[in-house]
Amino acid sequence: MDYFLSFIAAVILAGTPILFGTVGEIINEKAGNLNLGVEGMMALGACAGFMAGYLLGNPALAIAASFLAGAAGALIYAVLTVTFMANQTVVGLTLTIFGVGFSNFTGEYMLTHSANNTLKIPENVMRALGGLNIQGLSALPIAGKILFSYNIFVYLGIAVAIIAGYYLKRTKIGLSVRAIGENPAAADAAGIKVAPLKYLNIVVGGGICGIGGAYASIITCGGVWMSNSVNGLGWIAVALVIFASWNPIKAILGSYVFGAFSILKYYVPKSYIPAPNAFYDMLPFLVTALILVIASIRDSKENSQPAGCGINYFREER
Amino acid sequence: MKCSQSLKYTDAQQSQQAAVSIMDIKASERKEPLIRIVKRNELSRTQVLALRLSSAVMAVAAGGLFILMLGFNPFMIYASIVSGAFRSSVALQATIKIMIPLLISSLGVSLAFKMKFWNIGAEGQIIAGAIFASYFALYHGLWPRQALIPAMLAAGIVGGGIWGLIPAIFKNKFNTNETLFTLMLNYIALNLIVFLRDGPWADPESGGFPKIARFVPNVQLPKLFGVQIGWIFALALAVFLHVYMKRSKHGYEISVVGESASTAEYAGMNVRWIVLRTMFLSGGICGAAGMIQAAGSDYTLAQSVAGGVGFTAIIVAWLADLSPLGIFIVSFLFSVLSKGCSVMQSTYGISTYSSNVLQGVILFFVLGCEFFIRHRFALRAPEGEAH
Repeated sequence: MDYFLSFIAAVILAGTPILFGTVGEIINEKAGNLNLGVEGMMALGACAGFMAGYLLGNPALAIAASFLAGAAGALIYAVLTVTFMANQTVVGLTLTIFGVGFSNFTGEYMLTHSANNTLKIPENVMRALGGLNIQGLSALPIAGKILFSYNIFVYLGIAVAIIAGYYLKRTKIGLSVRAIGENPAAADAAGIKVAPLKYLNIVVGGGICGIGGAYASIITCGGVWMSNSVNGLGWIAVALVIFASWNPIKAILGSYVFGAFSILKYYVPKSYIPAPNAFYDMLPFLVTALILVIASIRDSKENSQPAGCGINYFREER
Repeated sequence: MKCSQSLKYTDAQQSQQAAVSIMDIKASERKEPLIRIVKRNELSRTQVLALRLSSAVMAVAAGGLFILMLGFNPFMIYASIVSGAFRSSVALQATIKIMIPLLISSLGVSLAFKMKFWNIGAEGQIIAGAIFASYFALYHGLWPRQALIPAMLAAGIVGGGIWGLIPAIFKNKFNTNETLFTLMLNYIALNLIVFLRDGPWADPESGGFPKIARFVPNVQLPKLFGVQIGWIFALALAVFLHVYMKRSKHGYEISVVGESASTAEYAGMNVRWIVLRTMFLSGGICGAAGMIQAAGSDYTLAQSVAGGVGFTAIIVAWLADLSPLGIFIVSFLFSVLSKGCSVMQSTYGISTYSSNVLQGVILFFVLGCEFFIRHRFALRAPEGEAH
């Protein structure tokens, strides 16, 4: 039982950074922009979040900085794709190269200028961002560990996903966003301001990705700076968008499924299932590819990419 | 009866009037924006070239700003990047070594892009080609060279080709989104290497360190002018693809399918077959790049055999407007930048990651400037003037 409980807890911890990346990317794609820079925006957030925590010693500022850094990366992407109508795939890949490079570069720069060649976030920040401890609740036998023992990113991630789901599904502005993602020309004709809404979604989505990066650099690495802390989580997030069929609420569960894939290799005894580690690492992508194929066979409009995704909109070319 | 009809009529009239008045209000409220984007008349080739060059200059200047912020003299750093790539024959050889897989795989993806098939799976296709070729390297390494190297090249092409065919088959049959599907295939291929490295192909003599055995000398590609012979393949391929795209029926078919699949269909072309054939070729070329990297540079099947080249290739092909000559130039510039930046670590203590940052800054500028080739900004006409 204890084994199982600690597995559940580990699953949720492993899924949380992916959840942020996925929700951010869903918000992007719903507005018609396939942003392949998730990995880069997460890396930017990882760097800014860590450095803010390290230099300013304030947990809230660390999270805010990671949001702003991700949003800044996304703003570059938005200017280039929305205003300058550059190819989305190419700009996204460039953003990834830039973001990962910038993050690692800054990290090494800080390392060489640090006192003893390590960067460590102050204890008080780590404690504030660390595991929750609610009087009475966290000590409950089973529910305490499964529900009330995580760091605040876990709860923040769920909250962000629910808000994003509500925003896209239930608000008027969310409806406009979805219209833009499906058919920007029709949305424009209906009086929706396409470019400002695209900007809003891309920038906010990028900021959410950035928080996921802060999780990787601060929580996963235990408060000590390491290069490449995001290490492919952004690409898993892009895959999870498909797995969650562009729905932020489904992304919550989906991120835990993908989180489980990433740690199964440590929990499934090799004597029961002699699968190689690489198989577990491959699983998220294999499952996503399968889902992509199945969704296209069923030709379901609801569970597929927004129709206008990946194509830039030029209003004088309708 | 009559009464209700006339009532309806006035109703319709009223609503029409209301609509008109709303439109009036809207028209007066929603002015034309101050700055808007309009399509520009076709530019001449020299104008396009001038614009491209000036965008490159601006991009380099923006990169210089980044260097300035680090507290270094941009001119000095740029000079040392260039000298780092060219200062000796060894340096130049290293630059070309970086360029070989990039040039080949950029040429590969350009075929798919010409067809508007958004193949972002070059990374996976490189890996698949390297895996297939490595089978011969590891298990038939003592074959006579004249047989072994062609066999490995063929295996690389088949491996990459299969990896390119899979998304094409599903695209044809179910209209599966190829961008996302090829992206997934990248990581499936990457983990295949890890699987082989940890399991069936693990090097027994590595002392527990996970790696695949080094290829025996018989497998390693020979050198010509100090660089592995992959460069000859890359150059020949560039020339071949130039002819293939410009002069052959296949090339013509690819560009028609790219412009409009339904036009191609109407003209009697077998679009599905063209997609399959081109994706096999596109993936196969990338697979050849994988074989050449493994057998010519790494001398083993490393997890980093593609190492992001597949993604960079997409950027290169796009910036070069999918022309083989342009791809040659752009991939050369990329290689100079990445080799030159590796020197900065030793000379100035600037981390090698600066090369990625610099690359990003320069690319952002170039991508933004592309816009001005086809569009321009127009100011709102002054009040009173008709538009």
